[in-house]
Amino acid sequence: MIKVKVENLKKNFGSLEVLKNINLEVKEGEVVCLIGPSGSGKSTFLRCLNKLEEPTDGVVIVDDYDLMAKTSDINKIRENIGMVFQQFNLFPHLTVLKNIMLAPVDRKRMTKEQAEEKAKKLLDRVGLLEKADVYPASLSGGQQQRVAIARALAMEPDIMLFDEPTSALDPEMVGEVLEVMKKLAADGMTMIVVTHEMGFAREVADRVIFMDGGYIVEEGTPEEVFGNPQNKRTQDFLNKVL
Amino acid sequence: MGEFFQAIINFITYAVSIAPRLFEGLKLTAGMTVCSLALGILVGLISCFFSISRVKVLNKISGAYLSIIRGTPLMVQAMFIYFGITGALDIRITSFSAAIIVLMLNAGAYLSEIFRSGINAINKGQMEAARSLGLPHGVAMRKVILPQAFRIVIPSVTNQFIITLKDTSILSVIGVAELMRQSNQIVSGNFRGFETYAVVAIWYYVLVIILTKLFKLLERRLAN
Repeated sequence: MIKVKVENLKKNFGSLEVLKNINLEVKEGEVVCLIGPSGSGKSTFLRCLNKLEEPTDGVVIVDDYDLMAKTSDINKIRENIGMVFQQFNLFPHLTVLKNIMLAPVDRKRMTKEQAEEKAKKLLDRVGLLEKADVYPASLSGGQQQRVAIARALAMEPDIMLFDEPTSALDPEMVGEVLEVMKKLAADGMTMIVVTHEMGFAREVADRVIFMDGGYIVEEGTPEEVFGNPQNKRTQDFLNKVL
Repeated sequence: MGEFFQAIINFITYAVSIAPRLFEGLKLTAGMTVCSLALGILVGLISCFFSISRVKVLNKISGAYLSIIRGTPLMVQAMFIYFGITGALDIRITSFSAAIIVLMLNAGAYLSEIFRSGINAINKGQMEAARSLGLPHGVAMRKVILPQAFRIVIPSVTNQFIITLKDTSILSVIGVAELMRQSNQIVSGNFRGFETYAVVAIWYYVLVIILTKLFKLLERRLAN
């Protein structure tokens, strides 16, 4: 089953063409890693998938919802698309538990009691149950990001988007976050991950996509892209980062 | 030494003797401050939302309001509303209502800018995170952005409250019998300007200190 379908996606910022012509299909349960140099449009592309950026042109269908249709309720669609940010973006005025409970309770997905139970279950899953009642400021970066993942999962999304989830972390904390993401992938979550962690992409991705200059330059299995890159630009990039 | 103490005792005796009249003034000063700030917060919030709205007309309305209020003196506004507008339209309002309108419009304008700066100070990732969870813009504003902005703006809001409290004294010119006007009347009766204004200054000072302490307390409460 196709979870994400993108056709001829274009995105301009003023006169700057950031995404020139993107086509992509992601199947249910697939883990897709987006790699490429900074400024290549990876993050912008990801943000077009839940309309944090408004696409300039093209078709974006997520979960059978047409994001570009005037009639679609973007809030409803976003409930099914979890997103994890580079800067975590936890709500600093709420405890960890309240961070996770906010959306499910407000959107009437769950009662308060159900949401709390769900939140605790998720915190246990990311190994932070004992931090339920503290505020985000007292957590390390790695812990904050694990909470952010739990928060996104609380809405029981079908798809998870990760925007460089480990780029703002100290090196020793990258592992704990990737560990949580690996488990999630193993549980069958459909994931699209913008990352600079080539090790993660190689190990976990079903498909690796190399973007440069607003285009998808090359895509394939990790073995194909990392082991035998066809395009010159992919080769140059991989030579630099590996 | 004896003379000095005698002078102090005289001053205190005098301060006590005019206290009942000043207290009558204080009631109005406090009433004006509380009413106009309560309404000013409302006006300030509305103007703030107008100014950050995507609807251009609302930006313009808020902009014009801020520009007029900031560009004209409080005393002129008070005179204009109490004598000017009421005369031109042949309506009658009490000086107290006129005072509240003027102070509300003033506090509202400055609070509007304070609120806007507070909202702008919140990292835009907060709004994105809230929206990505499926929360509509209004909910994200109410539950994520405003509570954080609220804490940031407390010191500036305290400042504005103090200014409004002190600005009430200007409304003595349209005849509100508040602290300042009471002391003017006392002086015109007994010509004891030095003692009277010293006493009323102390009254204002104590009021401001109380207000400041209350907000410090609130600030500490909200810091987790």
